[in-house]
Amino acid sequence: MSNKGTPLVELRDISISFGGIKAVDHVTVDLYPGEVVGLLGHNGAGKSTLIKCLSGAYKADSGEVYINGQKAEINNPRDARSYNIETIYQTLALADNLDAASNLFLGRELVGPGGFLNDAAMEAETRKIMGRLNPNFHKFNVPVSALSGGQRQSVAIARAVYFNAKILIMDEPTAALGPHETQMVAELIQELKKQGLGIFLIEHDIHAVMNLCDRAVVMKNGQRVGTVNVGEVTDDDILGMIIMGKKPPQAY
Amino acid sequence: MTTSPTPSQAADRNLSPVARFLKATEIDTRLLGMVGALLLIWIGFHLFGVAFKGAGSFLTPRNLWNLSVQTASIGIMATGMVLVIVTRHIDLSVGSVLGFCAMAMGILQARILPDVFGLGSPMIWIVTALAGMALGMLIGAFHGWLIAYRGIPAFIVTLGGLLVWRGAAFLLARGETISPLDSTFSLLGGGPYGSVGAVGSWIVALIACAAILWMIFGGRKNRARHGFALRPMWAEYFLTVLGCGLVLGATLLVNAYPWPKGIVTQFAAANGLTVPEGGMFISHGWAIPVLILMGVGVVMTVLATRTRFGRYVFAIGGNPDAAELSGINTKWMTVKIFALMGFLTGLSSVVASARLNSATNALGTLDELYVIAAAVIGGTSLAGGVGTIYGAIIGALVMQSLQTGMVLIGFDAALQNIVVGTVLVLAVYLDIVYRKKTK
Ligand SMILES: Nc1ncnc2c1ncn2[C@@H]1O[C@H](COP(=O)(O)OP(=O)(O)OP(=O)(O)O)[C@@H](O)[C@H]1O
Ligand SMILES: [Mg+2]
Repeated sequence: MSNKGTPLVELRDISISFGGIKAVDHVTVDLYPGEVVGLLGHNGAGKSTLIKCLSGAYKADSGEVYINGQKAEINNPRDARSYNIETIYQTLALADNLDAASNLFLGRELVGPGGFLNDAAMEAETRKIMGRLNPNFHKFNVPVSALSGGQRQSVAIARAVYFNAKILIMDEPTAALGPHETQMVAELIQELKKQGLGIFLIEHDIHAVMNLCDRAVVMKNGQRVGTVNVGEVTDDDILGMIIMGKKPPQAY
Repeated sequence: MTTSPTPSQAADRNLSPVARFLKATEIDTRLLGMVGALLLIWIGFHLFGVAFKGAGSFLTPRNLWNLSVQTASIGIMATGMVLVIVTRHIDLSVGSVLGFCAMAMGILQARILPDVFGLGSPMIWIVTALAGMALGMLIGAFHGWLIAYRGIPAFIVTLGGLLVWRGAAFLLARGETISPLDSTFSLLGGGPYGSVGAVGSWIVALIACAAILWMIFGGRKNRARHGFALRPMWAEYFLTVLGCGLVLGATLLVNAYPWPKGIVTQFAAANGLTVPEGGMFISHGWAIPVLILMGVGVVMTVLATRTRFGRYVFAIGGNPDAAELSGINTKWMTVKIFALMGFLTGLSSVVASARLNSATNALGTLDELYVIAAAVIGGTSLAGGVGTIYGAIIGALVMQSLQTGMVLIGFDAALQNIVVGTVLVLAVYLDIVYRKKTK
């Protein structure tokens, strides 16, 4: 990985607090095209909160976001989408009463003549992408509340990858998946990476991080402990950073 | 396409014939339940009349025609209340807003517009009705703005509105009743002249049947094009016959209710006709307010199920956070939903005041409860995310049937309130039981 030139995304000096708790405390991270950056840290370290400042769910108290070197104003999820940022939220953010296709296209529905929803076309597209991501998925005509945790997660993943994202945020995308489905998501990440997407991957499984990520950023209590090139460190180095906040010499 | 049975087809074989029939026709059991309850109420009141008054008066063309007209006002508002409740809000102000709009329209058409356009000008009813709907929409939008952008709960905003607009209606004319209204305007409320007659009703029926055919077979073609599962052919024919049969049957019914003698005589005199010996049979046919309700029902159904707006309403109801994260401007949506509710309240106000041919400041009192009850009885879940327009209209019909039936058998107002309140609580309880079972 030759991280030269302008990064795809730069989060500079981001801070946000909730009622006195500094959830994210002056954190700076960047992401290059074709790169997977892992975000690690203990529960409550501030990983989800940090990426929500990029996805438009939260507005940072201070700090800036740069996309392709240009300062970006992201005030809401619509703004983030206009920068081709797609997000798989830890909570999945699905409308439980709608079916898979309605969720996949929520906010970006396919419409036919007269501006009426083209549900048939949306379902057909959903069948196509789900066929690629999770061939065992057949429950197209039921509300997603009737799906298993893993099936719901597949829908959330499909939604994020369907719309030709340039920047993909995945907050524990495989938390509910079985081993086979997890393997498929790993392959998907590698494929998307080849296509030149930049991916932020929040993940607790060190193994997966070592396999999939180019760099890893470790957070602790809202602060960034350090960033490492995954190829230059061992599992234990990263674990040490996560648990003790101990920075190995290779970290920066 | 593969030839091996899909899992759902395999499962079908284990179903009972009734369940298989319902699955094939995609008729949901809760619709059946509502229709069953409605028939029970109708037959019950009729038999009560037969048993204790010598003759049943409920299942007569006259009563059912009146029932249809009385349902219109509540039904129109109930379709909007569905969207409000689906998004986890409530609107307690509709009755008062209806009263306020009616009063404003009364003043406009009786005291202001005749001077502008000249007495009897057709512009009067048009401008009045448009102004009433615009006024309702503005009030609704204002409520929505307070709720969405100022963060005041809908319950409080519209509870305040309930008091404010009722008081404002009083102040508009210092409590006077404005009557009569413009004669063309009052046709919007029904009555012999405010109905479309036998021929007009058959035209309406044919259009409705054509629409049913188009929906069933057009929808089938669209599903076939994408290779999705189709209903069996017999189910399509069954639904077509059922739908068209209902339309034609109802049309026969409204055409079986003749104008009263006095009106016939008046009409004959005005048109230089002589009334023959046995009297003249002039059908009422569909009343204009009922046609308005049907139109609203169709438009609102299309809006709720076929447009982005409707999709967002349900998404917000299912998971407001997810809707926001999907890029839906949920605040602006809230304003639009309440504005739509206000618009429908304005329209309902046209119908209600036209029917009375007067504007009183008490018009619409307690309507909010009937409207909410109609939506809830029709299957709209107060937890949000679930509800149908047709359900709310059937719910309105249920509420109105109860009310009408109790008046027919001579229950006084106190008893009526007790029954309506009990039915509402019972309906919600049954709904909860039903949802637990089908989960
Ligand atoms: N909306 C909120 N309101 C108040 N506090 C919040 C909110 N969101 C997050 N926090 C707090 O901010 C801190 C960081 O939370 P965050 O969800 O970012 O953690 P995380 O690193 O994603 O943890 P996990 O691995 O459990 O997902 C926590 O202390 C949490 O309680
Ligand atoms: Mg998290």
